Amino acid sequence: MSPLAHRIGAARAEGRAALVGYLPVGYPDVNTSIAAMTAMVEGGADVVEIGVPYSDPGMDGPVIQQAVEPAVRAGVGLRDVLRAVEAVAAAGAVPAVMSYWNPIERYGVERFAADLAAAGGAGAITPDLIPDEAGEWLAASEEHGLDRVFLVAPSSTDARLASTTAACRGFVYAASTMGVTGTRATVSDAAERLVVRTRAVAGDLPVCVGLGVSDGDQAAEVAAFADGVIVGTAYVRRMLDGTGADGVRALSEELAAGVRRRAGVPS
Amino acid sequence: MTTSAVHPPEERLEPARPTWPDATGHFGVFGGRFVPEALIAALDELTEAYEAMRVDPAFLAEFAALQRDYTGRPSPVTEVPRFAEHCGGARVLLKREDLNHTGSHKINNVLGQALLTKRIGKQRVIAETGAGQHGVATATAAALMGLSCTVYMGEEDTRRQALNVARMRLLGAEVIPVTTGSRTLKDAINEAFRDWVTNVETTNYVFGTVAGPHPFPAMVRDFQRVIGDEARGQVLEREGRLPDAVLACVGGGSNAIGIFTAFVPDDGVRLVGLEAGGDGVGTGRHAATITGGAPGVLHGARSYLLQDDNGQTIESHSISAGLDYPGVGPEHSYLHDIGRAEYRPVTDAEAMEAFALLCRTEGIIPAIESAHALAGAMRLGQELVAQGDGGRGGEPPLLLVNLSGRGDKDVETASRWFGLGDREHVEPGAGMDTDQQPTDGAVTSGDAVRGQDAGSQA
Repeated sequence: MSPLAHRIGAARAEGRAALVGYLPVGYPDVNTSIAAMTAMVEGGADVVEIGVPYSDPGMDGPVIQQAVEPAVRAGVGLRDVLRAVEAVAAAGAVPAVMSYWNPIERYGVERFAADLAAAGGAGAITPDLIPDEAGEWLAASEEHGLDRVFLVAPSSTDARLASTTAACRGFVYAASTMGVTGTRATVSDAAERLVVRTRAVAGDLPVCVGLGVSDGDQAAEVAAFADGVIVGTAYVRRMLDGTGADGVRALSEELAAGVRRRAGVPS
Repeated sequence: MTTSAVHPPEERLEPARPTWPDATGHFGVFGGRFVPEALIAALDELTEAYEAMRVDPAFLAEFAALQRDYTGRPSPVTEVPRFAEHCGGARVLLKREDLNHTGSHKINNVLGQALLTKRIGKQRVIAETGAGQHGVATATAAALMGLSCTVYMGEEDTRRQALNVARMRLLGAEVIPVTTGSRTLKDAINEAFRDWVTNVETTNYVFGTVAGPHPFPAMVRDFQRVIGDEARGQVLEREGRLPDAVLACVGGGSNAIGIFTAFVPDDGVRLVGLEAGGDGVGTGRHAATITGGAPGVLHGARSYLLQDDNGQTIESHSISAGLDYPGVGPEHSYLHDIGRAEYRPVTDAEAMEAFALLCRTEGIIPAIESAHALAGAMRLGQELVAQGDGGRGGEPPLLLVNLSGRGDKDVETASRWFGLGDREHVEPGAGMDTDQQPTDGAVTSGDAVRGQDAGSQA
């Protein structure tokens, strides 16, 4: 059974959406970022997306870029990420690595899969890898029983929604808006349309929504139509603000309440 | 690779389109699409429109008319005998892309992509630029065709290429200095992709080189191959034979692919790409991607790139903004791996010596990018003559060099390098060291010419 699908299914059984939080490893340093991930779990995150710092994060907005740049310069790499994976698993959440493709390719795809599985990681989310180019990763993740999460977007055709979800295991990441990561005042209604279209072809695969969610109200809004709510930039901002682990824990508590509330449902 | 041994090369006047990439944009293991899913629909739309357009007689006629009447094609081939005296006895022909409207080969590609933008019904174009030549070309085409235009340019490059920033603004384009990362071309491309993924419904990305996700490498090649198609015919006509080697500078690699493509089936013609060696490949401060890099994924395609053990892109260094890029087009990686083309580094000092030589011996101020190809010709000519081969029947070796752009934009950088003006108040420009060292394997007499003296020795 896929660890991600299992955890998201457990949330669904509780009548709520899962909370998926993102933080990159290495900001402001490796140990502090891992402590913040632990706090994220203590506050109520079900899944932690553990970000691999990358020099050219083409899908990320200015907030995440700002946190990742110093980590890249400090030489933070997959060995540090694997430590974070172990820490998140120990804290009781499901760890998934979020990485642009080149760091994984450079590390070695097969070696990455083996080491990630050994560290207790559930799998990986790959924002710039489409299934069409993922032959080696599909094979390695299959061999090591890892989940693999690809993205769908509002611009995806129905045919691509079908082929991409067929290649996913764990969940499918619905990028709610056309654009880069960052908080937005409102969650685009394109998100709900995309979830409906994706569900139509995804079978039992959970659909989680990311890009733009930053507070409990938005989390509740998305939880009304998605299986999981993905929050990244808002967490990173807590780290940049210097509120650190306490700020991250507080945000998790707010978001965890949000995914239990659901928009329009009295809490 | 394909061969065409049935007929002598001279009879093959219209070279064929290469059999690569495959339908999904792969040149062997290189190329492909490594982009967020959100861009796939736009790339599919672009691919489909381009595939229809490139065989559409109406488009081809419109494109040819623009190239003739607006760009000024065909560009001439010029023999440079006084410069060639420094090339060991080889003869040197220059393909004069510097004489194109806007001053470089970049206009060839941009006119094609601007026509494509109109065809798919988009009103806005974005572009990245390093030296500013592609940005100027895109701003020019946008003005010509009534499109709105935004150009992303690394802040560092806006300083060293201030003239081109002013040109773009005069042409009505918005120029956005990019302040992330190394503040050069690589980061400008990241920002342009972020703009594109956000505004893809209204906006087309006019990519400037043969890199990026499919279909850009193949499409830009097809728009640039006119350089080699013309040059091959011109050399055959004036010499009755093909050149022994074709040389071009390689940053992303569009001018090199442009002149190489027609010659790829001509097995007897060496194809030589000159990469920016910066302070020297051994110093780590360079942009010689194939010479000093390893295969990986950057900016949407698999190709050689400069990267560290963690897969992070290493910042490149070159005196030439247009070559200061840590990646390279996937077709070059492929041509390298199958052994059809060879890639060599040229240091800043070697390039600037060749730059000064061409100015003083031929009255042509080249772009510093193109000066790397000239330096490559100096070295290759000496090698060929020393080895006693390259020529035919006792003739000297014949080298065809793509002079991809003119040096107006580089006057300030060159003046600083050579210490023209007030020597007491010279500050080294970006990519230059205050104590420039002679370079291993330097050209001509065996000594690289120190910056401030290069002009006088040439």
